[in-house]
Amino acid sequence: MAKPMRQPEIDRNESERIYTAGQWQLAWRKFKLNRLALISGAVLGVMYLLTLLSGFIAPYEADHRFSGRDFVPPQGIHFLSDQGGHLRPFVYGLKPAFEEASGRKIYVRDRTKRYPIRFFVEGDAHRFLGFDARLRLFGIQAPHEGVFLFGTDRQGRDLFSRVFYGARVSLTIGLIGVFISVVLGSVLGVVSGYFGGWVDELLQRTIEILRAFPQIPLWMALSAAIPPDIDQLKTYFMITLILSFLGWTSLARQVRGRVLSLRNEEFVLSVRLMGGSHSRVIFRHLIPAVLGHIIVIGTIAIPQMILAESALSFLNLGIRPPMTSWGVLLQDGRSLTTLYYYQWLLIPAAFIVVAVLCFNFLGDGLRDAVDPYSRP
Amino acid sequence: MFTYILRRLLRMVPTLFAISIMVFVIIQLPPGDFFDSLQAQLAESDSQADQEAFDALRQQYHLDEPLWKQYLYWIGGCLVGDFGYSFEWRRPVSELIAERLGLTFLMASGALIFMWLVALPIGIYSARNRYSFGDYFLTFLAFIGLCVPGFVVALVAMYISVFWFGGSAGGLFSPDLKYAPWNLAKVWDLLKHLWVPVVVIGAAGTASLMRIMRTSMLDVLDEQYITTARAKGLAERWVIYKYAVRVAINPMISILGLQMPQLVSGSIIVAIVLGLPTTGPLFYRALETQDMYLAGTFLMLLATLLLLGNLIADILLAWADPRIRLD
Repeated sequence: MAKPMRQPEIDRNESERIYTAGQWQLAWRKFKLNRLALISGAVLGVMYLLTLLSGFIAPYEADHRFSGRDFVPPQGIHFLSDQGGHLRPFVYGLKPAFEEASGRKIYVRDRTKRYPIRFFVEGDAHRFLGFDARLRLFGIQAPHEGVFLFGTDRQGRDLFSRVFYGARVSLTIGLIGVFISVVLGSVLGVVSGYFGGWVDELLQRTIEILRAFPQIPLWMALSAAIPPDIDQLKTYFMITLILSFLGWTSLARQVRGRVLSLRNEEFVLSVRLMGGSHSRVIFRHLIPAVLGHIIVIGTIAIPQMILAESALSFLNLGIRPPMTSWGVLLQDGRSLTTLYYYQWLLIPAAFIVVAVLCFNFLGDGLRDAVDPYSRP
Repeated sequence: MFTYILRRLLRMVPTLFAISIMVFVIIQLPPGDFFDSLQAQLAESDSQADQEAFDALRQQYHLDEPLWKQYLYWIGGCLVGDFGYSFEWRRPVSELIAERLGLTFLMASGALIFMWLVALPIGIYSARNRYSFGDYFLTFLAFIGLCVPGFVVALVAMYISVFWFGGSAGGLFSPDLKYAPWNLAKVWDLLKHLWVPVVVIGAAGTASLMRIMRTSMLDVLDEQYITTARAKGLAERWVIYKYAVRVAINPMISILGLQMPQLVSGSIIVAIVLGLPTTGPLFYRALETQDMYLAGTFLMLLATLLLLGNLIADILLAWADPRIRLD
């Protein structure tokens, strides 16, 4: 009797794993190789997490004005004082003084007053996840002094706090706007490519007309149309709608192109033959097939929206006070004299640049990962 | 080719009509009209606001008539070259825009030339020395250029220009030459001021063009005929510039058509920040005061430029690449 054949060891080596991996596993493997994209993703994750906790991390409310403390430069944190070293970091008090040359008001460190920075202090009231809370990450116990890590603005408001509150708007408008664009663009693109005929013609003409509009002037014109007396939340949503108004067209075109080529594939035919409806083909087969593409385009569109929102807000056409965004914060920099004396007012620009950079790298990495023609 | 162009131009007409309707609707969206805000301003400063006078003005400019009629007045005028009247400046819109159009185009052309002059060599260098320190550094610069908001670049550039180079803050002319008649000194003054807006406007475009050039060159350098040329002993300079660059530029030529209108739109914010006497700030002010004909005509102008730019881009593509057949 012949010995039973021994089953060969299933060779679970690398190429085998790649061959059997699913679409998303492959994309993830490729994505992991792109260190820049990974780091960018991590940085963005941290930024969004901090934004969620902005009420807790920022020491003061966005509109908390410190009288007599306008245009304070960023305060240094010290550990050593005239009395020696301290375990707890502290900031010095401030004394107003006058600069000799220009006669303008500046601040001098008052070394007699030390304010230790305490953590988990009770500060301005704020709402956290629907609860009223007073706990703040750090602060100083002083009635009219503040700890100004980024300095203060024209009205004596802490820039550090305002940057964190501004992040709420700046970082989320991009997400929501792109989400709307993506949903609109992909559904319309798929429908247009799949059904063809007059639906396609109509959509193509509409897209042609919309694409003939120059983006920035159109945004400006639409933003100027927002009534000045509606509340800030409605303004926020209208800005979001305005920004996604033009954005969906390019996504729709690209999706339509992909669908046009996929439409003749055999899997579509087999679904129809098995009695699947049109919507089944669209939602369960076509959209997942172009999903990778859609995610990439969406991710790359987010930084454009962030830049657009900050530009509009900078020009006073976007977010209205008391809501604030990074673009609004930069309005103080419009005057050249202000910029000359108080350069720290440009700090929010650094945040914009970092967020936009990270989204760009992330989008690049995603694009390479999802591209089926680049090697794993 | 000629029939193609003709057909495209004819197709543009209904598109332009649809755009004009949309533009008109958008311009009319803000509640009230120019005279409402003027009245509010006068009321604030306690001046006499004669209701009858305002009503007469409204009647004169058809502002009390139904929207569709107002649209017809405007579009009818446009067809004969009368683009309406600017309430704030009290001059015909066509005059206002024509005044500033020259400088706007000068700036945009300057930015275009700057973009291509800077981006091409850098892109070629980046592609030839891929992954070198220079490549990484230039790529880094390109990303910065792409990611910093335009108005921030404008602010920083203004700062540098005023406090390091002693130029005058904003504007395109020194105060003493601003209203002087055109002479050589004035032209030189203009050029001295022009470089700041040109660089700022061209910055983002340069960055993206550089990346595109680099990618295009990399694709071409991998091709067989480059290897063959080198194997045959051709000087490297010849290989790069006579063969590789000429093929790499081909797909990029069609971008030229679109870049001009994009630069004009993109220059609006920069012009506002730098206080330049171009069409951008004019448009911004028109939006603020609801000077509808001015704003509407400017939007139409830009949309027309974009459509023409698309057409030029397609023509350039067909001219540069003999494989493309225009149908």
